[in-house]
Amino acid sequence: MREDYEVIIGLEVHAELSTKTKIYCSCTTEFGGDPNTHCCPICTGMPGVLPVLNEKVVEYAVKMGIATNCEIAKFSKQDRKNYFYPDLPKAFQTSQYDLPLCEHGYVEISVNGKNKKIGITRIHIEEDAGKLIHDAYTGDTLVDMNRCAVPLIEIVSEPDIRNADEAIAYMQALKSTLEYLEICDCKMQEGSLRCDVNLSVRKKGETKFGTRTETKNLNSFKAIARSIEFETNRQIKELENGGTIYQETRRWDDDKGVGYAMRSKEDAHDYRYFPEPDLAPIILSEEYVEKMKAEIPEMQFARKQRYINEYSLPEYDADQITSSKYMADFFEKAEAKCKNAKIVSNWLMGDISRKINESEMNDIRDVKFTAEDLGELIILIDKGTISSAIAKKVFDEMFETGKKPEDIVKEKGLVQITDENAIKEIVVKVIGENPQSVADYKAGKDKAIGFIVGQVMKASKGKANPGIVNKLIIEELNDK
Amino acid sequence: MYELTLHEIRDKIKNKEVKIIDVVNDIYSRIDKVEPKIEAYVSFTKETAIKRANELQEKLDNGEDIGPLGGVPIAIKDNICIDGTKTTCSSKMLENFVAPYNATVINKLVEAGAIIIGKTNMDEFAMGSSTATSYFKNTKNPWNLERVPGGSSGGSAAVVSSDMAYASLGSDTGGSIRQPASYCSVVGMKPTYGTVSRFGLIAFASSLDQIGPFTKDVEDMAIMLNAITGKDKMDTTSVDIEYPDYTKALDKDIKGMTIGIPTKFLGEGLNQEVKQRFEEAIEVYKSLGANIKEIDLDYAKYALATYYIISTAEASSNLARFDGIKYGHRAEDFEDLIDLYKKSRTEGFGTEVKRRIMLGTYVLSSGYYDAYYKRAGQVRTLIIEDFKKAFKDVDVIALPTAPNVSFKFGEKTENPLEMYLEDIFTVPVNIAGLPALSIPCGFAETSKMPVGLQLIGNLFEEEKILSVAHAFEKNTEHHNMKPNI
Repeated sequence: MREDYEVIIGLEVHAELSTKTKIYCSCTTEFGGDPNTHCCPICTGMPGVLPVLNEKVVEYAVKMGIATNCEIAKFSKQDRKNYFYPDLPKAFQTSQYDLPLCEHGYVEISVNGKNKKIGITRIHIEEDAGKLIHDAYTGDTLVDMNRCAVPLIEIVSEPDIRNADEAIAYMQALKSTLEYLEICDCKMQEGSLRCDVNLSVRKKGETKFGTRTETKNLNSFKAIARSIEFETNRQIKELENGGTIYQETRRWDDDKGVGYAMRSKEDAHDYRYFPEPDLAPIILSEEYVEKMKAEIPEMQFARKQRYINEYSLPEYDADQITSSKYMADFFEKAEAKCKNAKIVSNWLMGDISRKINESEMNDIRDVKFTAEDLGELIILIDKGTISSAIAKKVFDEMFETGKKPEDIVKEKGLVQITDENAIKEIVVKVIGENPQSVADYKAGKDKAIGFIVGQVMKASKGKANPGIVNKLIIEELNDK
Repeated sequence: MYELTLHEIRDKIKNKEVKIIDVVNDIYSRIDKVEPKIEAYVSFTKETAIKRANELQEKLDNGEDIGPLGGVPIAIKDNICIDGTKTTCSSKMLENFVAPYNATVINKLVEAGAIIIGKTNMDEFAMGSSTATSYFKNTKNPWNLERVPGGSSGGSAAVVSSDMAYASLGSDTGGSIRQPASYCSVVGMKPTYGTVSRFGLIAFASSLDQIGPFTKDVEDMAIMLNAITGKDKMDTTSVDIEYPDYTKALDKDIKGMTIGIPTKFLGEGLNQEVKQRFEEAIEVYKSLGANIKEIDLDYAKYALATYYIISTAEASSNLARFDGIKYGHRAEDFEDLIDLYKKSRTEGFGTEVKRRIMLGTYVLSSGYYDAYYKRAGQVRTLIIEDFKKAFKDVDVIALPTAPNVSFKFGEKTENPLEMYLEDIFTVPVNIAGLPALSIPCGFAETSKMPVGLQLIGNLFEEEKILSVAHAFEKNTEHHNMKPNI
């Protein structure tokens, strides 16, 4: 990016709330399910039906407002946003227009050691739409209404974000908050947390905002970061070439790494918002808000401090582990099993995170083995039952199949050999077969030992205790 | 026996003077005879009605209580959903729509022992004052087959007037129960907004719609209200109050009660012959010892304009779901999605419905919202305040139900504005959410068509209205008059 430009970014984040039932009826919100099995006359917009607001939705939204330092409205209302689309059976989305539940909040982020507040303009409640399925074989388009009227909150930020790193840090902070409040399962792959990016650029020193574009429905951190970089470069290039930025809605193709214009402001909808006459205003008392405040659980910052104090984790580890509630919960369970906090933390930040990122998983909840299994694996290493090298193999198998580590070790006969006589037998054999290495060692080339160790481990299929192997090789060579 | 009132036939059933099946068969044979002339029904539920008649009779014979409406045949306006039954709103759009659930009022009627015999014709989606905007047919006024029964609940008014049902349900958004009750000389009531659940009533204008009954007399009205009012957890706009036994209000002495007359509001556009009957009715009240007091309703003259903004705005949104995608009419040939929407709606909706959808879409459009919808909301508040002030001094307010008697087919149906004016006295009541009833008060000199007296009460004061209406009925003979068909 060019140094003489500044990027102005605001995010609109949609989070599906993890209430048991939908926002205006008692259908389940569960993900999946055969098409059109999680719906009823109300959420499919049959003629004559009326909505009844699910109180949990208000509770969850208010908690998010409190956790992001918002003012909670004592009087708010719901409005109809009118537009035609086959996934919207009532032909209006019930949302909140001018009187949202929460306003004027902020979250704190830290990028490269610098702290920054990102303002939150508003948080409001609304309903999700259904899903269109295009049948490539028949050419038909079918509607699945299972997701119709699943409750959402929309979190709108101020245009305080300046680059992709800040955007990701902000999303990370929201995700963590939603997780700790246990109000959204934050599975970005499944679309339960998604984000629209509003972006404009201007020459540094300018006070007026440039024309902004909105890139819709980004459902991974990677896609958010890449689309921001793409759109920033596109807008700067356009302006440098004497072009104009048009206010438009854009779509991001993450496979190709390219954004496209979808529709311009000229054919933008006139949503004809007006107050939903079938729903009374939402009136909250001071006592209600206080009660919600009291119910806010331990959030990331508190837990991070606790990990530093209670488990003596380095600050970096504590920060990484607690950035996801599910990771932190996993950590605590594994630690309870093996009582070795730092090693658990190493596994989580290392192999486990790497594997999750390489796979199509949302996060640690999709991992097949349990936290107790990880604890057991660490115990097996501690006790010397398996070597660290073998442990990696066991871990791969656990990740692949979800089998218990002790079962894998047993099945594959991976128990470490610590019997010195047995190892000595192999050592003698290997040394006998490699006179050149022995000669090298005698000539002062210590590196030769490494080769012999490698051969011994190979001969023992990795099961020989490396410490004993080392010790015996040196003894044997010195005896020669 | 079809000519009996609801409470008369109910008592005969209860006392085992008649079999329920005979009552049901009798009403269907009456329908066979009269319906070809009146055309008030859209569909019948004869099979379930007969089955239910036998079930109820068995219960009764076993000594069980079959409810306050036990065995009584009742008709339902065709915008109220009955599970497994066609609910068309008299529109081509819903010509073949079968409701997948029961409206709350249907459950309540069934619980009270009623037998539903059929669905009645109406103005398409309840938009109109003549029932002539129905896609299916023109319902005739039983008092004169060349004239309209009023609307939008014209079918429900005509079936009670012509003894094709003992009572019926309608819906009233701007006068759609009271005006046809007046035109057909029956009792019709719009209860306080929120006292009868709207769940299952296909919405026209959500903040104004209210279900209410048509009956042959005021006692029957009280019985019907007992059956259908009450808080419903499926309708959050329904009100949680202690609901009274409305029949207890019937015989209350009205001596010393105060009836308000908004004389200035009455002034313009009121037909002289209607005025005559209205003034005679007031004389009856004077003779019964009621006080008559002149009141001001300064903002009532803006009610009609307010109504046509709020109701069309809400309708434009409520009727948007009829898009040809999920149910209802779908155009056969279309190019793409937008074309599918356009053609399905163009073909499925009639002229009046389209007119109101366009009006409503316009008043909600960006740039016009403040000038129309928001302003209408403010005037609505002023009208509510007007009534509040008035009810500090009076118990009920009296007005003619409509400024004219029933008109001939084609007379006003071609000029929408003229027809909208027929709602001038009924609309303010919906705007303020108040209860109001129309009761027969005689016939116009020249046309010989019925005239209705409208009694308006304060919020939740249905009982006062029933007391005042019943006193009038006991001292007049209008309600006993029957059309000659």
